[in-house]
Amino acid sequence: MTSPVTSPVEARRPPVRTGGRDHAVWFLVLPALIPILVLSVGPLLYGVLLSFTDAQSGRTAPTRWIGALNFRDLLHDTLFWESFRIGLVWAVGVTVPQFLLALGLALLLSQDLRLRWLARALAIVPWAMPEVVVGIMWRLVYNPDAGILNETLRDLGLGDGRDWLSGLATALPAVVVVGIWAGMPQTTVALLAGLQNTPRELHEAAAVDGAGAWRRFRAVTWPALRPVALSITALNLIWNFNSFALVYVLTSGGPGGKTRLPMLFAYEEAFRYGQFGYAAAMGCVMVAVVSVVLAVFLAGRLKGGQDA
Amino acid sequence: MRTRPAARAGQYAALLAYLIFLAFPFLWLLSTAFKPPRELGSLHPTWIPHRPTLANFRQAFDEQPLLHAALNSLLAALGAAVIAVLIATPMAYVMARHRTWPARAASGWVVVSQAFPFVLVIIPLFLVLKRLRLIDSLAGLTLVYVVWSLPFALWMLVGYVRAVPVELEEAAAVDGAGRLRTLVSVTAPLLAPGIAATALFAFVTAWNEFFFALVLLKSPGNQTLPVVLTHFIGAEGVADLGPLAAAAFLATLPSLVVFALLQRRITGGLIAGAVKS
Repeated sequence: MTSPVTSPVEARRPPVRTGGRDHAVWFLVLPALIPILVLSVGPLLYGVLLSFTDAQSGRTAPTRWIGALNFRDLLHDTLFWESFRIGLVWAVGVTVPQFLLALGLALLLSQDLRLRWLARALAIVPWAMPEVVVGIMWRLVYNPDAGILNETLRDLGLGDGRDWLSGLATALPAVVVVGIWAGMPQTTVALLAGLQNTPRELHEAAAVDGAGAWRRFRAVTWPALRPVALSITALNLIWNFNSFALVYVLTSGGPGGKTRLPMLFAYEEAFRYGQFGYAAAMGCVMVAVVSVVLAVFLAGRLKGGQDA
Repeated sequence: MRTRPAARAGQYAALLAYLIFLAFPFLWLLSTAFKPPRELGSLHPTWIPHRPTLANFRQAFDEQPLLHAALNSLLAALGAAVIAVLIATPMAYVMARHRTWPARAASGWVVVSQAFPFVLVIIPLFLVLKRLRLIDSLAGLTLVYVVWSLPFALWMLVGYVRAVPVELEEAAAVDGAGRLRTLVSVTAPLLAPGIAATALFAFVTAWNEFFFALVLLKSPGNQTLPVVLTHFIGAEGVADLGPLAAAAFLATLPSLVVFALLQRRITGGLIAGAVKS
């Protein structure tokens, strides 16, 4: 499934100077290429192979090929599909609001507002924090007794609050909010950079012609922003679908598996129960989904911005 | 000038709302870190601690080997950052300047690696590192961090190399400078700020990383800061809030410092290259 992506549509420009000097190129490339092959490409292919075996951790009997048995089992594994569904809800539930919020923030930050420097600096703070710390921090916010959320609700007379991360109904929405918060900076920064591409003169001309803010956004800003918006949304979907640390720290997948993302599920399968082959098969299914997203994204890019 | 006062007021109100949303969890972390146990147990927690204390920090260091873990994190992150830029810079140069197939394959890999679910990589990686006897070792983790930070490093560096005009290199070549000479005395100095920024990014990525460290390191003496932080949260999810907040705050400081250094580059369009290139 890597083939459609590894053949990018470049190479139209003539080579700068490759002739006869290929060994020099190899000399420059090899130091990075070897680790990439050994620790990235190799393991990926190895992982795909593992998914067709009964590999287990710490077993002495030799590992055997079992064909598509893992995938057949997976098909009937309702727990996995429930986790998969939660993963999709999580990925979309985080990515979409995150995009809208980040777009609003980026538009504000590109305005000539006072204190803009402070806002720009603060807006990237979540990015700098280790995911584990983000998880810990929000646990403190959500804490039923000592947390600020319940205290604020009590102050506002909105009831006594609740144990957000342990409630069956509230756990997933609660972690989704954290996911939105944690990914805001990357999205905002990408959109902010995209906004710098929007032709300022066009904007002013449209304003002179009496176009309102919304018209100007639709007609001038959005077309210029679209390629970046598409890229960052696709990346966010993928990153969120593959995310692990945040939810691991917040809920460890609980309560009752309500926040068990596919990554957490596969992690437990592999490193708690030692089912390497089966977990690898789960990984393959996840790659398949991610590839579809990536394909849609690449197709959209080819159709949209020509400068890709 | 063109914006009406009402609209402007609305913009400031919206900006304020964003800032509150982005800042309040961090302020709460700070507030919790400086609160004495009695206030943490109170049913009506306040934003400002009545009697701020440093006891939580002392207790955090007593409860968990934070210094040792920070040292482990520092070694892995520094090693990863240095090695990553050392091997990524030449490769990025080739990717930016040449259209040979390894360069194109590398560009493809950069895209594809964004889509890796780590779970598909981590199991074989675990087995490979076990075979190389690099499991449960900082050296092994550092290697993994090098590879794991390479896609983004390459992405950034390719952009920086493209920004160096080819004409400069050609002029040096005309003046009789050899290929290596050109790279070392013309291209490298121009790339230096970009390389520094890339190294800082690689450092933060490794410093913050959790998943690989969780899986690959077993003995407590080897564990990095994020893994040790999770030990503050007990098996039943009950945590000693004060020390937890204090330790979490300390673990964030290095990344915050690096991001403060990088702030201009980040909001100034550094990522533009990364997303569009």
